[in-house]
Amino acid sequence: MTRIAAVAWNTFREAVRDRVLYNLVFFALLLIAASILVGQISIGIETIVLVSLGLSATSVIGLLIAVFTGVGLVSKEIEKRTLYALLSKPLQRWEFLVGKFGGLVLTLAVNTAAMAAGLLLAILYVKHPLERGDATAFIAVYFILLKLAIVVALALLFSCFTSQLLAILFTAGLYIAGLFISEMRNLDATRVGPAARHFFTAISYLLPNFQNFDVMAAAAHGRPVPGLLILHNTLYATLYCAIVLSAASVVFGRKSLK
Amino acid sequence: MPGPAIEIESLTKDYPTGFLHLKTKRSLENLSMQVGEGEAFGFLGPNGAGKSTTIKLLMGIIFPTSGSAKILGRPITDVEMHKDIGYLPEQPYFYDYLTAAELLDYFARFFGMNAAERKERVAKMLKKVGLETAGKIQLRKYSKGMLQRVGLAQAILHDPKVVILDEPMSGLDPIGRREVRDIILELKSEGKTVLFSTHILTDAEMLCDKVGVIVGGKLQGVGRPDEIVGMKSHEMEIVFDADANDARSAAVRAKASKFGSRYAMRVPEGNVFAALEELRAAGAKLAAVSPIKPTLEEYFLHLVEKDRAQASAIEVSGK
Repeated sequence: MTRIAAVAWNTFREAVRDRVLYNLVFFALLLIAASILVGQISIGIETIVLVSLGLSATSVIGLLIAVFTGVGLVSKEIEKRTLYALLSKPLQRWEFLVGKFGGLVLTLAVNTAAMAAGLLLAILYVKHPLERGDATAFIAVYFILLKLAIVVALALLFSCFTSQLLAILFTAGLYIAGLFISEMRNLDATRVGPAARHFFTAISYLLPNFQNFDVMAAAAHGRPVPGLLILHNTLYATLYCAIVLSAASVVFGRKSLK
Repeated sequence: MPGPAIEIESLTKDYPTGFLHLKTKRSLENLSMQVGEGEAFGFLGPNGAGKSTTIKLLMGIIFPTSGSAKILGRPITDVEMHKDIGYLPEQPYFYDYLTAAELLDYFARFFGMNAAERKERVAKMLKKVGLETAGKIQLRKYSKGMLQRVGLAQAILHDPKVVILDEPMSGLDPIGRREVRDIILELKSEGKTVLFSTHILTDAEMLCDKVGVIVGGKLQGVGRPDEIVGMKSHEMEIVFDADANDARSAAVRAKASKFGSRYAMRVPEGNVFAALEELRAAGAKLAAVSPIKPTLEEYFLHLVEKDRAQASAIEVSGK
């Protein structure tokens, strides 16, 4: 556990020193501008606009970091040969992978938490006091983080056996496909044929279901999110990450470095 | 007699080549050798001979196509054994956003050292490699030689029993090379097993109890440096004085080379007595007769030439 923590901490330190968290400045500026503008152009729906904008920005920025940093987690270490000295220490390859995953998820957690704090301040600026329904926005932020963890795990898996460019394409492809799970399961057999319907239904259970993590509409309108969904999404993300990381460990464990 | 610290048994490594990786290129062929405990072993060979491949196989960075190896009696697949091994990669590159002290502290965490131990050990290692004043500078500002020193520091950070160094002198100036030599000698005096690859033969002759010469992925010979070159000694050198104006000695002087006021000539071992008789008849005065011991470099070059000749012969017959 100490070894995994050491790798995770170093991954986090790398992200911080490589100025990954500088995106927060952009996010802060966006929210400040939005807070000032929404009051003038959207009377009565300021919170809806602000929450939608804040959550969308949190998700998009997080996804960019998860994909672009995620695909470099292993491949960059192989290319730069920094991994040689590290693997000569008493460190299992799977421990290295889990540590890298943990480090990037920690980075994203810090990033997302800072964005959530910024969003809270922006909501307070346009509306006070806060209502109970406003808490949904922060559950939505938590779901975004869970979604990002799955994306990091996928990026890590692809970076174990393919180039960075292909890993980006595969991860982005799976992410987009994961947004259309219910459409895949509800295909009209009379139009696509029974074979295609069965195929897409089967595929839909293998792909990460990102639709369950989207509670942006509820958050914007201050509607509550069922506790069961929080539990379900937490377990789903944990299990999905564990499976993907196990696959990555098998692939990376057999990989001969250059 | 101490047992082997490193045992390599028929190690072979093929690399896939071509667009679809359908072809393979053999980088190491059937390598078997042993390095005794407490021994300093020099792994010699030209670029691309298979030295780094062997070391990477030992460290589990790449996996063998066939064969096996053990370090301190444990298979190389056992990562926990790395607690007793230090490794310096060839042309090391480390996380350039860290300082040397941070890097060493990071690596020390894998050996279960607590904060106080890490601090003490990191300071000691930085001093040992002459970087005590540069420990707080980010590695991206380091020169190649400084990175090599950091690499050496991280290899011996945890006081390992076996130290494996891939081209440790590479990129160092003469002072740096001498310092690395001193560190290797110190490790040796502490009873550690040191395996290092190099193509600088004088270093190998100076530091090694044993050397192994690898050319074209095949081990060509293993032994003490003097032993290994002695195997090829079949000539004698005769040093003599002769009067440059004496016509009788003109023939023998023509066969010899002059150095200072003396002459020296090389003769095959079996012709020594005939040559001495010729010198006596020519009125020359004998100064010394000694066997010519080829240097490690001559032996090394001889093997490289032989390998190239074989490779071109195979190429020609293949055509």
